[in-house]
Amino acid sequence: MIHNKSANNPPPPAHEDSDLIPQMTGLQNLWRQLRNNPLAMWGMVLLMVFFVLAVAGLLLTCGRNPVMDPEKVRLVDTLKPPLTRANTAVLAPFERPAFGIYFLGTDKLGRDVLARMLQGAHVSLLVGFISVGIAVFVGIILGALAGFYGNYVDSVIMRAVDIMLCFPSFFLILTVVALLPPSIWNIMIVIGLTSWPGIARFVRADFLALRKQDFVVAAEALGLSKMKIMFIHMVPNAITPVLVTATIDVAGAILTESSLSFLGFGVPPPAASWGNILADGKDFIFDAPWLFIASGMAILITVLAFNLFGEGLREAMNPKLRER
Amino acid sequence: MFSFLSRSLVEKLITLFFISIISFSVVMLAPGDPSEIDPMNPKFTKEDIQRLRKAFDLDKPLYIQYYLFYKKLFTNELRSYKDNQPVFTKIIERFFNSLPLFLVGTLLTWCLAFPLGIQAALRRQSFFDRSTTFFSYLFISLPSFFLAYVLIICIVKLFNVPVIGLKTFGREASSLWYLVNDHIWHLMLPSVLGAIGGIAILSRYVRSQMLEVTEQDYVRTALAKGLPQDTVYYKHALRNALLPFITMFGLTLPGMIGGSVIIETIFSWPGMGRLGYEAILARDYPVILSLNFIAACLVLLGTFISDVLYMMVDPRISLTGGKS
Repeated sequence: MIHNKSANNPPPPAHEDSDLIPQMTGLQNLWRQLRNNPLAMWGMVLLMVFFVLAVAGLLLTCGRNPVMDPEKVRLVDTLKPPLTRANTAVLAPFERPAFGIYFLGTDKLGRDVLARMLQGAHVSLLVGFISVGIAVFVGIILGALAGFYGNYVDSVIMRAVDIMLCFPSFFLILTVVALLPPSIWNIMIVIGLTSWPGIARFVRADFLALRKQDFVVAAEALGLSKMKIMFIHMVPNAITPVLVTATIDVAGAILTESSLSFLGFGVPPPAASWGNILADGKDFIFDAPWLFIASGMAILITVLAFNLFGEGLREAMNPKLRER
Repeated sequence: MFSFLSRSLVEKLITLFFISIISFSVVMLAPGDPSEIDPMNPKFTKEDIQRLRKAFDLDKPLYIQYYLFYKKLFTNELRSYKDNQPVFTKIIERFFNSLPLFLVGTLLTWCLAFPLGIQAALRRQSFFDRSTTFFSYLFISLPSFFLAYVLIICIVKLFNVPVIGLKTFGREASSLWYLVNDHIWHLMLPSVLGAIGGIAILSRYVRSQMLEVTEQDYVRTALAKGLPQDTVYYKHALRNALLPFITMFGLTLPGMIGGSVIIETIFSWPGMGRLGYEAILARDYPVILSLNFIAACLVLLGTFISDVLYMMVDPRISLTGGKS
């Protein structure tokens, strides 16, 4: 697991024609590997598009007087198909959607689906990133402590990991989210706190190997504090596989949120997430299929992009596959 | 062998004890009280609430509640808050409804994932490999209920058969042929949906495992000395590639509860997952906790079985030493 160490170090000083020094830095190598993997490249491009959309969505739908209001209820224009013109006879100018057209139609309350999808983009992204961020944070700290100290610290933490892995995770998440008051933050925290064991295991395994490396021994001999050694010197060397797993976990968290929405415990209204647009859409699957299709496709493409990119990264960093 | 088994058993019992404490405190410490489920009901006097709290031990301190809860669970005296039925009987009844779904789903998963994964590995980078890769990512990335609704609409429109529920209501007097057919149709769609995600994930694992094994020296040697390819791949390589899947086989057991919540809810299938969902909606703590406990038992049982199987199959693992 130390093969990617050079990824985080500056390129070595130029000693030409030396066999000992790799020709490329780890990052360049990674990039070359990724470029040969069309699926991963597609994933990356889609992710970039998605990020731009999410940021644009945040800018367009936030504030007191947004360009596109995702929460504006227009009871004259309920369940309109995509590309319908707004009912200008009844709606005042400030109530109309941008350009006067519902590009993706409207839902059962006459809210503009395009605006809701744009708002949902950053909400879904936020759920994915914050919950995985929590998982990564907890996982790194516990994994680092277990791998660094060993002995009883290790046994206690690994026992905790075993216990966490014994819970049926979706059922546990559902139970906790259902019992707590509805809030988007609860969902993120619960998803985060149930998905750290895998990451803790990765970090621990890396730390066990790193613990005996020269740079760690040297740092200890120089009298650096243990916290500094662990979190400043060792974590950067163990973080790459964690980031790969995290990429894939973000996809999982977005799916989990949509499943929770489906069961009625997702991001609470009036905030839109792709999951709750999809869950609302299922009741109108014959009358207003665009609700269901637009949000379903958005989730599918995003999650697919995260998965493809994450797997591409994993494959690119696997030294066994690298030489082929 | 005996010492290993007994030690592993003791370890698992300790884990189970901690799980019981954690799940009990998660559920009991959540805000809200089951006696407040209908606070607006005028017929519900303070005395009634006191009586109910007493009947379900809710007026006692937490650690006594914990003791009483698990004592009642094991002596089958535990009763549901919702309908005062014995919890154990309820769960057993639902268990036998979930069982066919689980068995057919698992059978489908294992029968399809292995051939797909092995073929993809043997024809690395072929069209077949690329398309199975793409489709498995597609199915991993789809929200399961999105796929479910699309499939329900397709099946019902194409074949004009009812698929929701355990069987068609009110047709019990029909011919045997009709009843059997009806059962198969009702069973097929939910089990296929449950299996799709599993097939996608498992076939990826099989592929990477098979790729790793076919890189080994002994495979090259066997090919070099002129053994037929089929013998080399399906007899020598496959056996070694299959080893890690023994572990996964044990871990499919808990999927009976956690993995089936959404599918069983969509199809109104009266199984354990749906029982859990209904219990969560009704704040029926005894049922939630018992299901959690059973799920944890299933996980531990699964890991125990896979440990034992692993030892029996792989002669390199010694029966006496080492952690499980």
